[in-house]
Amino acid sequence: MKLTLKIWRQKNNLDKGKFVTYNVDNIPEEASFLEMLDILNESLVVKGEDPVTFDHDCREGICGACGLYINGHPHGKFKNTTTCQLHMRKFKDGDTITIEPWRSEAFPIIKDLMVDRSALDRLIQSGGYISVRTGGVPDANSIPVNKHDADLSMDAASCIGCGACVATCKNGSAMLFVSAKFSQLALLPQGQVEAYERVQKMVKRMDELGFGNCSNTYACMAECPKGISVTNIARMNRQFLAAKIAEPLKK
Amino acid sequence: MKELNSKIPAGPLAEKWTNYKAHQNLVNPANKRKLDIIVIGTGLAGASAAASFGEMGFNVKVFCIQDSPRRAHSIAAQGGINAAKNYPNDGDSVYRLFYDTIKGGDYRAREANVYRLAELSNNIIDQCVAQGIPFAREYGGLLANRSFGGAQVSRTFYARGQTGQQLLLGAYGALSKEIEKGTVKMYARREMMDVVLVDGRARGVIMRNLVTGELERYAAHAVVIASGGYGRVFFLSTNAMSSNGSAEWQAYKRGAMMANPCFTQIHPTCIPVHGDYQSKLTLMSESLRNDGRIWVPKDEKDAKRLAKGEIKATDIPEEKRDYYLERRYPAFGNLVPRDVASRAAKERCDAGFGVNNTGLAVYLDFKEAIGRLGEKVVEEKYGNLFEMYERITDDNPYKTPMMIYPAVHYTMGGLWVDYELQTTIPGLFAAGEANFSDHGANRLGASALMQGLSDGYFILPYTMQNYLADQIGVPRFQTNTAEFDEAEKQIREKINRLMAINGKKTVDSFHRRLGLIMWNKVGMARNEAGLKQAIEEIKALRAEFWKDVKVPATSGMNNELEKALRVADFLEMGELMARDALMRNESCGGHFREEFQTQDGEAMRNDAEYSFVAAYEYQGPDAEPVLYKEPLKFENVEVKQRNYK
Amino acid sequence: MGNKGLSSITKKLIMAITGGAMVFFLLFHASMNLVAIIKPEGYNKICEFLGANWYALVATVGLAALMVVHLVYAFILSLQNYRARGKQRYAVVEKQEGVSWASKNMLVIGMIVLVGLVVHLINFWAKMQLPEVLHKLGFEVNKAVLDNATNGVHYIVNTFSCWWYSVIYLVWLFFLWLHLDHGIASVMQSIGWSNHVWQKRIECIGKIFAILIVLMFASVVIYYWLIVPPVA
Repeated sequence: MKLTLKIWRQKNNLDKGKFVTYNVDNIPEEASFLEMLDILNESLVVKGEDPVTFDHDCREGICGACGLYINGHPHGKFKNTTTCQLHMRKFKDGDTITIEPWRSEAFPIIKDLMVDRSALDRLIQSGGYISVRTGGVPDANSIPVNKHDADLSMDAASCIGCGACVATCKNGSAMLFVSAKFSQLALLPQGQVEAYERVQKMVKRMDELGFGNCSNTYACMAECPKGISVTNIARMNRQFLAAKIAEPLKK
Repeated sequence: MKELNSKIPAGPLAEKWTNYKAHQNLVNPANKRKLDIIVIGTGLAGASAAASFGEMGFNVKVFCIQDSPRRAHSIAAQGGINAAKNYPNDGDSVYRLFYDTIKGGDYRAREANVYRLAELSNNIIDQCVAQGIPFAREYGGLLANRSFGGAQVSRTFYARGQTGQQLLLGAYGALSKEIEKGTVKMYARREMMDVVLVDGRARGVIMRNLVTGELERYAAHAVVIASGGYGRVFFLSTNAMSSNGSAEWQAYKRGAMMANPCFTQIHPTCIPVHGDYQSKLTLMSESLRNDGRIWVPKDEKDAKRLAKGEIKATDIPEEKRDYYLERRYPAFGNLVPRDVASRAAKERCDAGFGVNNTGLAVYLDFKEAIGRLGEKVVEEKYGNLFEMYERITDDNPYKTPMMIYPAVHYTMGGLWVDYELQTTIPGLFAAGEANFSDHGANRLGASALMQGLSDGYFILPYTMQNYLADQIGVPRFQTNTAEFDEAEKQIREKINRLMAINGKKTVDSFHRRLGLIMWNKVGMARNEAGLKQAIEEIKALRAEFWKDVKVPATSGMNNELEKALRVADFLEMGELMARDALMRNESCGGHFREEFQTQDGEAMRNDAEYSFVAAYEYQGPDAEPVLYKEPLKFENVEVKQRNYK
Repeated sequence: MGNKGLSSITKKLIMAITGGAMVFFLLFHASMNLVAIIKPEGYNKICEFLGANWYALVATVGLAALMVVHLVYAFILSLQNYRARGKQRYAVVEKQEGVSWASKNMLVIGMIVLVGLVVHLINFWAKMQLPEVLHKLGFEVNKAVLDNATNGVHYIVNTFSCWWYSVIYLVWLFFLWLHLDHGIASVMQSIGWSNHVWQKRIECIGKIFAILIVLMFASVVIYYWLIVPPVA
């Protein structure tokens, strides 16, 4: 395959950055999108040019490291697919492909297509866990969990933290990411113990980090490579309100 | 000559760990605050260890190579985690898990370590459930189990096909909790360049900041290496792109020993190779073998026609299919251990029965399962794996059988550690895949997660205290000492040397060539002549690398330099692996020497001469390492030829 | 840096509650309008009922407050969201599958609705409730205007007999429909009244509701424009 690539190049966070056009040839159809970039990079290195920097690691769609805005979509336009699992057979010979980094105030660009997503880690640090220590926990089967809830919890837990939801949201909101972690825990009896504290802490941190406000466009769900549902956001809204209104009344 | 002391506690097998804990030294809470621990890696072992140290009150610095600790490659483990809970009431017990693991490892692991692992397996499940890991459940609300290779009981706990992800996110949550509390300081996008020794003890590390390219110094009272395995020596493997063996290798060069480096696991169910630009292989969970049946055509002509694309798999009638695992191993069938399944696939393909246009693939067929369970149940169990397969290959596994082939997946070998997970360098510990401890010559499915978490949550928190108990008087270290200066200078020289070569060939091209040598000669089947050739070829390739590699001299972030530093280590590691394989004149587990096989092609162990752990001590560049042998004693199991028939 | 003020979810809740309350008002207003088709005298009775009486005034002030709060928070949220998006925009943007245009342009649509509302207030409210209020407060008000203040049908006929006014109203209602089409289900999502079973149902109910409200309004426009001959 022959392709024209328009790739965002930016030396560092202070650099202005610009699109650079590359022509690549002989790209095999079975290659993955990242392998296509590998081929480009290898040719750049041979020519003595600086290869394109992008985040990637497991290349099997689970680590969440890869994230490219391909032709106007995070991870490309195909449903439930991460960039590393996008294959070149989905493109046509002679296509022009525009590749941009995630763009959001919360994700500063490090270099080229690589962005700093540590804000997502800081969100989890604010309360995306159950505060139990190692050891001293009850037997696993002493806490029965409704299978249906466990399945919903697992649906939410399959978030890979790639940040596509933030990248595609016109508001740069992280609600899908936060609500997925919140829901995973809130749906399990173990997680309900501190659910109200958790939701308040996580929402507070989310606001502090400068993520935008959710306006229910559901673009996040449309582009999420793991199909995380916006009903998680509804759950979080509900429990946040419960925490703010109902909980103080009980005391 | 050093003495290898495995420090196995006295007493009966089942009481060793209890005895150890009862008599070990402890550090009081006020003193813990004064002690620093460095953890390299945030996979299951690293994250769980760092979190647990933090909870105990130590000061922890933890490093990961990715942008976030949650991306460590433990995340990619699919199938599940073993535990001897015996919830299904099918006859499991701690002893049976211990026995299966020892047997699965082909009697090349330490009894005491494996028993401890089996004992702790139950605590891990309890811990993970308390952390909110959404394990699969039965309708009654209790935990579900499935069966895995090498076992006759169902003891594997799972979270769809994403168990590793869920367990890692659990450990990452625990780690995040400690980071928030301030007991753990997280450093992302850092790669370990060297371990710094002061008076023979590990006292710090030199890290390279992958964003700025700066070398950074960190000091601590103890260092834990939990950086995973070195399977990427083969270039193509199921490992992540940044998985590497460099941290272990630096430790080895500083005096820690490497144990059983040739024990590599080749996973039987991966998506076959399709081209030379390919960067990695994708695993299809072993759990698929629960319901999938593996076959190749009975008739060689059918295989040829399949390869040419004249017929499809579905055109071959039932009576012309050879379900070779069920045929050869009626007792375990498709659920034989990984090494056995991989070799059987290779045997069929080498004999000319392989499918795919390369002839290097076998079928994994779900037709029978779909007929028995219905498509819906199959989808519930394996839906995400089927989707993944379809995305990569463009084939629908509900309609046509999957094609699979073995690929490098895990390295059982690693840094030699004693019962306390301490290497031969005092104060330097190794956990998870980075150590060699529990899997012998072959790891059973769903055991890697178990080992990583038991090392991190339940073993290191104890043994670390035992080590640090007499270190409480040692004040915090400064990093401006001669030892740090020297270590940093060496790395700087190495980097400058690499950038100065300015040759013609890319780093990846060398890596690919090394991978081919390793796969063909140090892969699934090895022989004396091949191994000797491999050693020479690797030496030559290494020399060429240092003359003709092209590394851009960019300051700051430089991905090519990162890769070059790792490949330089792989080029040395590959040689040690070949040497170890050559030394071990027997076939066991993942190590199969063609000269040592039974008449029907099964691995033939030599317990009289090779029932030991091979540990190597570095002697300097291009010098042959010294081999130490730690004899393996089996007092609680009867050592016999593995039989899955 | 940082999303200041009330928490993001609280701000969304404010939007949802004010928006939701206005939906109820619209429903009431639309039902009332239907009376103008069924029985014009009845409609005028309602107008009389909603004149410068204390309850109607309280409701009017309340409604105005809802509108102002909804508007102010719309601007605050949009500004914060714009900032959160970052300075550098994507060069290529493609529509996400299943994401409605309206949901991404609620502010613009809302502004258009607001402009329409101003026109509407000038046409009706300024001639009906306002003069009554001014009169009660002791201001000088034209007698003819005051006499006609409860004759809603008169103004309806007046306005919609003019074809371009009718067209403006229909365009306005179209934008109102766009706003409600996303807005109603969005209210439910923001107050958290949705789950994996109800999400699609609520969206469907929201859409039906939006169409219903707008059709009720539009029927009056069309009825008095095309069906009832203009009264001189």
